[in-house]
Amino acid sequence: MSLVRRRPHFSTVMLIIGLLFLYLPMAVLVVYSFNSSRLVTVWAGFSTQWYAALFRDQQILSAVWTSLEIAFFAASMAVCLGTVAAFVMTRFGRFRGKTALSSMVTAPLVMPEVITGLSLLLLFVQMAQLTGWPADRGAVTIWIAHTTFCSAYVAVVVAARLRELDSSIEEAAMDLGSPPLKTFFFVTLPIISPALVAGWLLAFTLSLDDLVIASFVSGPGANTLPMVVFSSVRMGVSPKINALATLIILTVSLATFLAWYFMRRNEAKRQVILQQEDAG
Amino acid sequence: MMLSHLTTMFRRCQLGRRAVIAFPLIWLLLFFLLPFALVLKISLSEGAVAIPPYGPLVDYADQTLSIFLNLGNYLFLLSDSLYIAAYWGSVKTAFMSTVVCLLIGYPMAYAMARAPARWQLLLLLLVMLPSWTSFLIRVYAWMGILSNSGLINNLLMGMGVIETPLRMMNTQFAVVIGIVYAYLPFMVLPLYAHLTRLDNSLLEAASDLGSRKLNTFIKVTLPLSMGGIIAGSMLVFIPAVGEFVIPELLGGPNTLMIGKVLWEEFFLNRDWPIASALAMVMLLLLLIPIVWFHRYQSRELEK
Repeated sequence: MSLVRRRPHFSTVMLIIGLLFLYLPMAVLVVYSFNSSRLVTVWAGFSTQWYAALFRDQQILSAVWTSLEIAFFAASMAVCLGTVAAFVMTRFGRFRGKTALSSMVTAPLVMPEVITGLSLLLLFVQMAQLTGWPADRGAVTIWIAHTTFCSAYVAVVVAARLRELDSSIEEAAMDLGSPPLKTFFFVTLPIISPALVAGWLLAFTLSLDDLVIASFVSGPGANTLPMVVFSSVRMGVSPKINALATLIILTVSLATFLAWYFMRRNEAKRQVILQQEDAG
Repeated sequence: MMLSHLTTMFRRCQLGRRAVIAFPLIWLLLFFLLPFALVLKISLSEGAVAIPPYGPLVDYADQTLSIFLNLGNYLFLLSDSLYIAAYWGSVKTAFMSTVVCLLIGYPMAYAMARAPARWQLLLLLLVMLPSWTSFLIRVYAWMGILSNSGLINNLLMGMGVIETPLRMMNTQFAVVIGIVYAYLPFMVLPLYAHLTRLDNSLLEAASDLGSRKLNTFIKVTLPLSMGGIIAGSMLVFIPAVGEFVIPELLGGPNTLMIGKVLWEEFFLNRDWPIASALAMVMLLLLLIPIVWFHRYQSRELEK
């Protein structure tokens, strides 16, 4: 043992500082949600009154429901679209329109939201003029908009998994006479299902989180949670939003912890099996 | 090609193959590409007091077909220094934020990639977790921290370091902090992905050949992680140029950014043609970064 303690590596220090930078502001939000004062910045004692106020706020509660509904359907459709797009790009070799498809799959990842929002709104307005549909904008137009940009994220996640996947299993199935469609549903899909779950969850959180695109394509009827939060936050800080933030952070942390726990357990199981195979 | 055998099998059923390709292709053509053509179209039309608030491009009356292409919106953008200042402000702020993100994110990703294997998943989840909560709420958190009666000012004044509160809200500084905070996970993720794939034997070889650590880093690690640097930087820079929420909440009325200007033209002035022209020019500015990002991304997708 050396007497001189090893100086921690510069990058390790930066990692700790970076994580503190990411988590301290969220910790501040949580702490002040229990503040009894209306002023978010002055501590006046412990209270849960803002949580009670939050659960009495009908506008926020109905917005939560609208957002969850849109996110559920958008994520589900995005998984269908994104998976097919990823499959086509990784398994179909060359075809006409491949460049167009791959550009349209990667562009939404970086496209500024104001551009996507504006362009989709103009599309819906023109469609309404030409065909009469959509007569009024709301949950359905938000669903289409969210499905479109979320499917790009799903496609990237699923394509990464498909590339890693050994295609010889699919080839074997087809050599044994399984038609392509059957092979896809009974061989490929089960193997990539963890990526589908990951893609669905990512799309779900992205849809829940979107303010800008939803604001453009929404009509008078549909208010999503970010739209309600934004109009309240614009007026300044409000402890009710802190309470909401705390609940969101709690939910996401819990879900992440569960995901981590199961992934670690699966990994441990795999290690045991590998060791047994080595021994046997 | 490794996949050629599989590919030929898929080729056998042409009709089904076409239908499968058509599904995502048509959806994206309809809901992603076509809308851009409409933005271009509206940007060339004249504003009007109507629903929707723009004039037609093609008119057929008295047996004459007239096509109006109104370049006035673009000329207006050029003539008003407000818009040029907003574009410049956006590019400058986005660039500064990207550099800061890279300076913080690279060492973070490096430390994660070097960490013991059982730690890596946990660290990755810790970095990504904030981005799965709410973007809006994470920006909101900084309002309480940076404002004149906010946490930092209260702390500093309580300790007697400063007499009057520091003005941090409604400055470019606040906007840069907000962007760095919101986009840092998107910088770290591709960097980490590239750095974990880095072959350790290359680093060992360099050190065996007598290369110093810093030298190895500059000549081996940095070039091999270039793909991650570009992907991460583009994932921060491009959306940051069009950012609306952060300048609106943290930048106040003093910071000019193009996303905010576009939002105001659209929602407050209801000037759809000008908003469309602003979007077209923004797209033009971002075309090179987007194509650059796409080239790296599609290499990843197709290899």
